[in-house]
Amino acid sequence: MARFLLKRLFSATLTLFAVSVLTFLMFFALPRDPVSSICSKNCNPERLERVRDDLGLNDPLISQYAGYMKGIVTGRDLGSAQGGRCDAPCLGWSYVTNEAVSDTIARVLPVTLSIVIPAAILWLLLGVGLGMVSALRRGTWLDRLAIGFSLTGASLQLYFVGAVLLLVFVYNLRLLPVPSYTSIFDNPAKWASGLVLAWVALAFLFSAIYARLSRAQMLETLSEDFVRTARAKGLAKPKVYGRHALRAAITPVVTIAGLDVGGALGGTVITETTFGIQGLGRTAVDAVRSGDLPTIMATVLIAAVFVVLANVLVDLLYAAIDPRVRLR
Amino acid sequence: MDSSEPSPSGEPDDRPVVPAQRSDQDAYLRVRDLRVRFDTEDGVVRAVDGVSFAVERGRTLGIVGESGSGKSVTSLAILGLHDPKRTTITGEISVGGRQVVGLGDEEVRRLRGRDMAMIFQDPLSALHPYYTVGRQIAEAYRVHHPKANRREARQRAVDMLDRVGIPQPARRFDQYPHEFSGGMRQRAMIAMSLVNDPALLIADEPTTALDVTVQAQILDLLADLQAEFNSAIILITHDLGVVGQVADDVLVMYGGRAVERGSVEQVLRAPQHPYTWGLLSSVPSLHGDADADLVPIPGNPPSLINLPPGCAFHPRCRYADRAGSRSRTEVPELRPAGEGDSAGHLVACHLSAEERATFYAEDIASVGVAR
Repeated sequence: MARFLLKRLFSATLTLFAVSVLTFLMFFALPRDPVSSICSKNCNPERLERVRDDLGLNDPLISQYAGYMKGIVTGRDLGSAQGGRCDAPCLGWSYVTNEAVSDTIARVLPVTLSIVIPAAILWLLLGVGLGMVSALRRGTWLDRLAIGFSLTGASLQLYFVGAVLLLVFVYNLRLLPVPSYTSIFDNPAKWASGLVLAWVALAFLFSAIYARLSRAQMLETLSEDFVRTARAKGLAKPKVYGRHALRAAITPVVTIAGLDVGGALGGTVITETTFGIQGLGRTAVDAVRSGDLPTIMATVLIAAVFVVLANVLVDLLYAAIDPRVRLR
Repeated sequence: MDSSEPSPSGEPDDRPVVPAQRSDQDAYLRVRDLRVRFDTEDGVVRAVDGVSFAVERGRTLGIVGESGSGKSVTSLAILGLHDPKRTTITGEISVGGRQVVGLGDEEVRRLRGRDMAMIFQDPLSALHPYYTVGRQIAEAYRVHHPKANRREARQRAVDMLDRVGIPQPARRFDQYPHEFSGGMRQRAMIAMSLVNDPALLIADEPTTALDVTVQAQILDLLADLQAEFNSAIILITHDLGVVGQVADDVLVMYGGRAVERGSVEQVLRAPQHPYTWGLLSSVPSLHGDADADLVPIPGNPPSLINLPPGCAFHPRCRYADRAGSRSRTEVPELRPAGEGDSAGHLVACHLSAEERATFYAEDIASVGVAR
């Protein structure tokens, strides 16, 4: 177990290193000068050169990269033009937003977490629940309803569902305020009412996939020999389904859920844009548009961290569910 | 339903006289005119079509047939494990005097695992991969002993593991099925099925998935346990060799119907049905010539949706022509095979006793040449 974690930590570090190098290189491969977009109004060659110097863009690529990585681990001094001392984990200074990137991230990361985590809980409960019910009531109107629901969810796009939700609940019925983010620690009720539409929209689309997946898994499991054994023992249906079938059926769902949640935590661009909430996803898109390298680096790295973490978590969960999986 | 068939509720007197197989009335399990049908998209599958038999405590009935002959469906019907929405079951199944057909879900559930238990073919897939072997056995005990606490159930499971010959049972209790060998897994499965001391045990191809050496051990174990618990056993197999080893009586099934029934001596020494002859000559003989060719039965098992008319075996029977057109138009009834030694020996064949005797001699001779 400890050995497994060490090994995974090592390979996670390698993955993140590769991601950071690639992002760095890709940025410099782009046919545009980041500096020109930074001083868009009163640019003169002198100022351009100074910004370039401040950013360290005149240094060799390797030392730029090394400096950046050192900042993350130990912090570094960025010079007076970039806010001076930058503590670890220093993600650099953005000339576009004129603040330390770590401050930007600290502001937008809770927003994305607040959108994704409740939505994920909702979509897992709804999706797996629907899938189980329709598998156990196969062929009934309930099953057809669930299949219809999941087909609808799988066919729609988030910006459409989001727009309809906004139109109905915010502009017509006026049941909810215009979506916005408030910290859960400041005002939990406002936090929830400002984000609930985003949760519902995300949960609707995702739970559709989960309903279909878990329905198929459950049906397959119900035809397994060990389910027949459980019935032959004289177990009552709730135990046969709950204890014997569900646990086996849920395993593949856990894998997909881990990857989906990990991916979503890296930014829910469309959701954030649809509901006008500034989270990690929108921040990343904005950064790409304005050629804001430090912010791009930070958002990409954070997304990668979430995906890698989700993978490790899925492995651990898998081993907890299935004793045949040994973590080495 | 086909109007020419006897009605499922028909009294014994509107069918040919079937001599009671020993004393049917005392038998723990009595099955009479069992019919199992599945509604599928392709049509109605007549998986079991009018089968009767009885098993007493302390005796073993071997049910033999190819896949699709209805032998497994029969056993699942006894345990009430079919999906009631897609399955129609008629006839009588009496377990310890209780009629199972038509009994409510909850009542059958109470019988399952307590009065009747089942051992499945592949213990690896029949045991839950995520729970320890011991926990699964203890669970089977606690369903029917709700007052037993965790410790008592554990003790009972360890005792059972010990009883079926698993070394270090207390340690094995906490292991998972994948940590057991194939033979040990089947032993554990047997321990689980016997944990509530059921009077009826159905073993569905219990040795098919096992190595040959392990097969014999498992069969011996079953025989030992039967002597100890005095249970009625149904052994389902396609292997007449296994039947000869452990069974007292034999029921040969083909296309969902019984084609021959009798004691092991009768059926193996003087088989009456051409299908049984075929089964016998496709079994390798331990004592015969090792180079002897096995003679397969030509053709394939029939489709249960669309059984051949008349005798279902006639397309594969080399003596079908000798019985004339009847073999294609008339379903042969299960009748006494003869008199004297063959009392209680039943066969469903249009050929007369004399014809069968002659053809069987020919059949052996032809196989003998091949050997």
